[in-house]
Amino acid sequence: MSSDSLSGLLGRPVQMRTGGGAKAFLRKVWAVAAKDIRAELRAKEVASTMIVFGLLAVIIFGLAFDLRVPKSAMVVPGILWVIVLFAGILGLHRSFGAEIDRETLPGLLLAPVEPSAIYFGKLASNLLYLFLLEFCMLPLLLVMFDTNLYHPVILLGLFLGTLGYAEVGTFFAALTANTRARESMLPVLLLPVMVPVFMAGVSLTAGILDGRPVSGLTSWLVILAVFDVIFFVAAYWIVDLIWDGI
Amino acid sequence: MTTTSLRRKADPWYMPLLTLDVLAGLAMIVAVWAGLLYAKEAANLAGDEQIAQRIFYFHMGCNITATIGFLISVIGSIGYLVRRSLVWDRIAQAGVEVGTIFGFGIMTTGAIWAKPTWNTYWTWDPRLTTATITILIYLAYMLFRNGMDNRHTRARFASIYALFAFISVPFTYYSARIFRSIHPVVFDGANAEAQGGDIVGGVGATMGQTLGITITCFIILFLALFFHRWRQLNLESRIEDLREELYQ
Repeated sequence: MSSDSLSGLLGRPVQMRTGGGAKAFLRKVWAVAAKDIRAELRAKEVASTMIVFGLLAVIIFGLAFDLRVPKSAMVVPGILWVIVLFAGILGLHRSFGAEIDRETLPGLLLAPVEPSAIYFGKLASNLLYLFLLEFCMLPLLLVMFDTNLYHPVILLGLFLGTLGYAEVGTFFAALTANTRARESMLPVLLLPVMVPVFMAGVSLTAGILDGRPVSGLTSWLVILAVFDVIFFVAAYWIVDLIWDGI
Repeated sequence: MTTTSLRRKADPWYMPLLTLDVLAGLAMIVAVWAGLLYAKEAANLAGDEQIAQRIFYFHMGCNITATIGFLISVIGSIGYLVRRSLVWDRIAQAGVEVGTIFGFGIMTTGAIWAKPTWNTYWTWDPRLTTATITILIYLAYMLFRNGMDNRHTRARFASIYALFAFISVPFTYYSARIFRSIHPVVFDGANAEAQGGDIVGGVGATMGQTLGITITCFIILFLALFFHRWRQLNLESRIEDLREELYQ
């Protein structure tokens, strides 16, 4: 079949839909995210694994620290953030790993959208899974450790920290997707870069639980927010370079 | 024809590198002499601390060279992303590898020094935290490179990772600094020295000279190691080129 008859068969030739302003970009991001969420609703392999792992980890930590620490509020901030980081790894590496396994990544990259739209779509779905995980974890932490984490500042810190984590995590998941041993490579790359988010998150949570005034803890919120903004911009600029050879 | 002259013919870098090696060896002897014998004793210290403070010259030497190595790697990474030439990538890789060796030097000398002065091998001081995390990041960088076969993909991904990692280092430093200012330092006497104020302010003449000498010596050592590794990577890359040509 000649190329002329082929394009005749397909109608008008496919064009990169790169114009259209912010609204069109958001629509493309949503298209990628909706595809991921739909696949997840049918397969139930990423978010469910993360959530079950998270709940399991809370129980394991409960067993580990029960009767060993004088006040459970002393260890809960660390437990919360460690579980978010570790359970997050499970979901993050699947976000591009699943595309590689099913050999659908080239198809996704052939879609007539900017690579950054694919990145932000994946970021949106990963964020959703992480928020779901936290939504399920907080009540169990309350029951297991008798520590109430439903404080607006803790929740804000959790939101900002999760956003930064998902930004960098989705980016590194895209980087490691094509490497050997990507499951073990992702945490090795990701965890040292996440140290500032981890330190800020733990300190903020601990500060609130210790009853310190919020005014003394705003610097942690600032660090989390600046981290989010800088890595958001950096990812937007650099993400095109990941796939330019494929 | 002897093997030496054969080598010299094949590689124009042979003699300069040999000279640099000899210089680096001499420089290390000079550094040990200056640090242990030439520098006078610190006026405000006694006993174990007095002997232990002499490790500072080697600690600082490692510190400067590791920083140079990591800066070279960032420049190399940006250079690769802009020019897309593997020459830059090899510079970045050599910088990271040699910088990491000196990074372990910082950790080892620091821990040995910290035990008599701070009464602990380890504390989560901002500098210690940042140095540790930076070294972990560059260890991850080396592992990451191992996981990719295509040279251009490897160079591109490694450069992107190096850039991202470089952005996060100041965040680690600032969070660690706030972390310490909220939590009081547990061990007595750690505070003033942890900030490094008295070291910069209170050095005598011989101590300042010794510091200059040892830093210069360590930079010579760094250059020798860096050029060796860089040349090795160039040769490796040439072998790879020839192999690709052969199989095409």
